[in-house]
Amino acid sequence: MSQPANLPRWAALWLMPVLNLLAALLVSGLVIALIGEDPIECLKLMINGAFGYPEGIGYTLFYTTSFIFTGLAVAAAFHAGLFNIGGEGQMYLAGLGVTLVCLQFGGLPAWLLIPLAMLAAMVFGAGWAFIPAYLQAKRGSHIVVTTIMFNFIASSLMTWLLVDKLRMPGSQTPATVEFAKSAWVPMLHELLAPLGFALPNTPLNATFFLALLALVLFYLAVWHSPQGFVTRTVGLNEKAARYAGIPVDKVVIAVMCVSGALAGLAAINELLGSTHRMNMGFTNGIGFVGIAVALMGRNHPVGILLSALLFGALTQGGLDLSFEKPAITREMIIFTQGLIILFCGALENLFQTPLSIALKRILKK
Amino acid sequence: MDMFFSVLDATLRVSTPLVLAALAGLFSERSGIVDLALEGKMLAAAFASACVAYLAHSPWAGLGAGIAAGVLVALLHGGVSISYNGNQLISAVAINMMVSGVTPVLALAWFQQGGRTPTLDDSERFTALPMPFADAIEQSSALKLIFGHNILVYIAVAVIFVVSWVMYKSRFGLRLRAVGENPHAADAAGISVKSVRYIAQAISGALCGVAGTYLALAQTGAFIQDMTAGKGYLALAALIFGKWRPWAAVSGCLLFAFTDAIQIRLQGVELPLIGSIPDAFIQAIPYVLTVVLLAGLMGRAVAPKAIGIPFVKSR
Repeated sequence: MSQPANLPRWAALWLMPVLNLLAALLVSGLVIALIGEDPIECLKLMINGAFGYPEGIGYTLFYTTSFIFTGLAVAAAFHAGLFNIGGEGQMYLAGLGVTLVCLQFGGLPAWLLIPLAMLAAMVFGAGWAFIPAYLQAKRGSHIVVTTIMFNFIASSLMTWLLVDKLRMPGSQTPATVEFAKSAWVPMLHELLAPLGFALPNTPLNATFFLALLALVLFYLAVWHSPQGFVTRTVGLNEKAARYAGIPVDKVVIAVMCVSGALAGLAAINELLGSTHRMNMGFTNGIGFVGIAVALMGRNHPVGILLSALLFGALTQGGLDLSFEKPAITREMIIFTQGLIILFCGALENLFQTPLSIALKRILKK
Repeated sequence: MDMFFSVLDATLRVSTPLVLAALAGLFSERSGIVDLALEGKMLAAAFASACVAYLAHSPWAGLGAGIAAGVLVALLHGGVSISYNGNQLISAVAINMMVSGVTPVLALAWFQQGGRTPTLDDSERFTALPMPFADAIEQSSALKLIFGHNILVYIAVAVIFVVSWVMYKSRFGLRLRAVGENPHAADAAGISVKSVRYIAQAISGALCGVAGTYLALAQTGAFIQDMTAGKGYLALAALIFGKWRPWAAVSGCLLFAFTDAIQIRLQGVELPLIGSIPDAFIQAIPYVLTVVLLAGLMGRAVAPKAIGIPFVKSR
């Protein structure tokens, strides 16, 4: 992710991602036009669905919360030069940790049970990231391929557990029993009701504040701590880092564990914040969206917050849109997410040359 | 004995698209372009072939469309990777998501049957070829294994021979491997790195096109949402398993297909000593094997040297 040298900083940081986003939305709009719908009308419906009414905003922020965690997970690994594509599997395994704690210690009070579940989510997520990280550091096996394989292995493992071991007795659906009430993270509308705010009933919960805290901590850890400095050194030039005496192997493993732990926290938002039980496939692509969030947010907390909000809005607005326009299904959002990853991640410098020429002309005047 | 042959028969059927996709990945990766986009190429081909076979009432038109779609997606991946020096991993992840998203949307808009295309008649599909000496074959399970498949299976077998010849005996194969190992040396020797990589991508797309067509027109008889179901990644795993060599990759595909074939038969069967194995475990075998192999615990898999690194011509 090298920064274009001949663009002013503000243009590289703000203008380019916006242009890339517009390009992705344009292609998406062309496909919508191709299937005979009006792209402008659809865009209006989506924006209204995501931000137009209180309930929509609640859902948008709920999705944003999960995307912040998986986005931070991908970004953390990126800072060490690693592409962690396994957020999906790490989050899935974290769900197992949460479930085991909640089923085992359901009798504990909330102030103890919820932090314990969070710890379990982080440990299980980190554990699932540890093996690929160890293999990358010690045996040189490529982390992208191993994390993909680990996604598949996680999915097989969890299918077996949910069907054969953890399924609610007497139920056909592969899902666990409902967790004890003390494991439920308080909803925002419950929290704010005593203060006189009447919020609509949405799954938006206190995990949202944890996500905001994680963004701040991420900033401090990456840019204002010795560990962050070491991580970025490894990411920028592994050979130089090794030469400078940095234990690159340890850094790779540690950063991947942090990355897995962050992905794991997304499971808290989904399981303890919303469904209060574990369903098969509850991760639902959230881990993959994290890739898009990190790429668009340029691995910076501010960028990640904004792009997580964008993807939260896309998810919620897209769901609303699919109610209004049956032809535009949920898959249209996956297509748009793919386009955004393509334009922001792989074609990030597509507009660099034309933009720098245009800017030079404007700034000269 | 019948059980034995029926497992082998199933192995052959499951392995055909894997073999084609793994060989597609071979071209791409030996030229130095990481090919995580196999999944997207196959899925696009499956969709295009099902649409065209339905509209034109011809499986061959479907095959043509499948190959065209595969090549188109491959050239998108190639354009990003070769001309724009973009991140090949990210490009592939993006392409897989895009294809997985856009195909059911288009299918719904064009055919109104949910995210799928209409079921094809037998005349629009690749069905089993008529067997010579049908009476004699009916008697022998072994002969049934050789005859009585659809034409794409035989094409896949022929492709294996052609690919291993091209890769190791032809001038293009030598250039392709040179470009994938040391593009600067190849460039200095007067080989155009870009055009070799573009051709490799096009071949990869075409082979994925046949693989995707097989899934839609031979195996299923329609396009179904996400019908590749990870087969592209499985083919990539087989390629790594085969250490980026054609015949070894093919044997990886056969092994993975075999585990798939016995998995169905092992469901709920009590084995001596171990009891019944949950089928999820057998499903995970190829992925675990790949990780083990990549970790160098079963002989080291060494990737082509220049893989994943954009080629910037030195001045």
